[in-house]
Amino acid sequence: MKFRLRIWKQASGDAAGAFSDYEVDGISPETSFLEMIDTLNERLTERGEEAVAFESDCREGICGMCSMVINGQPHGPLPGTTTCQLYMRHFDDGQPITIEPWRSGAFPVLRDLMVDRSAFDRILESGGYVTVHSGPKPEPNANPIDPEVAEESLDAACCIGCGACVAACPNGAAMLFTAAKVSHLGLLPQGQPERWERVQNMVEQMEEEGFGSCRNYAECEAACPKEISIKFIGRLNRDYLRALREPIDRHGPMDSQ
Amino acid sequence: MKRLLLLYRSIIGKKVIAAVTGAVMMGFLILHVAGNLKAFLPDAAPGVPDIDVYASFLRTMGEPLLPYTTLLWSVRIVLIASLLLHVTCVLQLARRNQRARPVRYREVRHVESTAPARWMLYSGSLLLAFLVIHLLQFTTGTIDAARFVPSGVYGNLYRAFHEWGYVAMYVGATVLLGLHLYHGAWSLFQSLGLDNPDRNRGLRQLAMVVALGLSLSFASVPVAFSLGALGPPPAESPKLALR
Repeated sequence: MKFRLRIWKQASGDAAGAFSDYEVDGISPETSFLEMIDTLNERLTERGEEAVAFESDCREGICGMCSMVINGQPHGPLPGTTTCQLYMRHFDDGQPITIEPWRSGAFPVLRDLMVDRSAFDRILESGGYVTVHSGPKPEPNANPIDPEVAEESLDAACCIGCGACVAACPNGAAMLFTAAKVSHLGLLPQGQPERWERVQNMVEQMEEEGFGSCRNYAECEAACPKEISIKFIGRLNRDYLRALREPIDRHGPMDSQ
Repeated sequence: MKRLLLLYRSIIGKKVIAAVTGAVMMGFLILHVAGNLKAFLPDAAPGVPDIDVYASFLRTMGEPLLPYTTLLWSVRIVLIASLLLHVTCVLQLARRNQRARPVRYREVRHVESTAPARWMLYSGSLLLAFLVIHLLQFTTGTIDAARFVPSGVYGNLYRAFHEWGYVAMYVGATVLLGLHLYHGAWSLFQSLGLDNPDRNRGLRQLAMVVALGLSLSFASVPVAFSLGALGPPPAESPKLALR
């Protein structure tokens, strides 16, 4: 197969970027999308040209590193997959393919298709934890959890933090990511002690990072390689509203005046 | 109050404010259209269109407990506050959203979002512009002041909707309203955290019913006048006295 590629090239975060056109042929339909770029890079290197920088790690759809917007869709046209799980047989022979990095003010471009996603790490640091006591560990099954609740929590925990939700959102919002992280702990009994603090802290950090606001387009849900539902955004909103209750002193006397 | 300020400061809170104020305005529109449809009722008394009686009732409701137009103005104040909050919050968020994506994509493929959802800012801005004209026309009577009769609602409608320009503008506004509510009437539940998989289908259908219902019933009055289905106002209408 043969493809005409138009790829975003940017030497560094400060440098101005532009699109470069490439052509690759002799690509087998069973080649994965990343292998196709690997092939392109090998040929570019052989010719003494600069390779295209992109991120990848596990190449089996669970690490969330392979961030690129392919023909206007994060992770490409196939629903529920990461870029590494996308194969060239999903494209037509000779098809022009435009590849861009995640576009978000909170994800500055490092080089070409690589962006800095540490904004997500900081959101996680602000509330993605539970208290665990340091004594002897209790028997795991001593704390019964309804299987439905556990499943729902796992649905949220599927998030691999790839950032496709931000990339797909017309507003550049990180609501689906934050909602998934808030919900996967907030649904479980172990996550209850910090539940209200967590949602406030994570939302606050999300705002600080400069992500946009949610307009309920649901583009994030469609782009998510783990198909995480926007129902978690509804849950985030609900938890956030409950967390905003003014603290009431419940320990002092109930004054008569 | 403190909680309201906290809400106003956060981006989720601003969405909540937009949702609640949107719901208030939507509720008002349902009452508004119920009033409009009185144009189709037969005259309340010979020479007195029913809608004129209703208009005067809106001013006297609450009497004698409340002074003249007190209740009307209370509602107006709530609506003005809602509109201001709605527009302010939405515009602040829109500016933030622009900053959140400083470099735009060369290619974008929308998968899940509906066109009315993506047009919310446009439909909203146009509706705001329409609202200004609408109030100048039928509330203050500034437009066409020479022929405007404060108590003669039916006559005012009759005169305005025999000009095709106004009919087109009002029908256009109802289409915009329908598009705005098709997304807004569902979106508000999601913003408030009230949507979930059990209710989603129902809420989406509710939004469709509200959007279509309001659009069609609002459009019916100007269309009926322009097609001649609603006749001229009673010739010697003894105008209901407005204080």
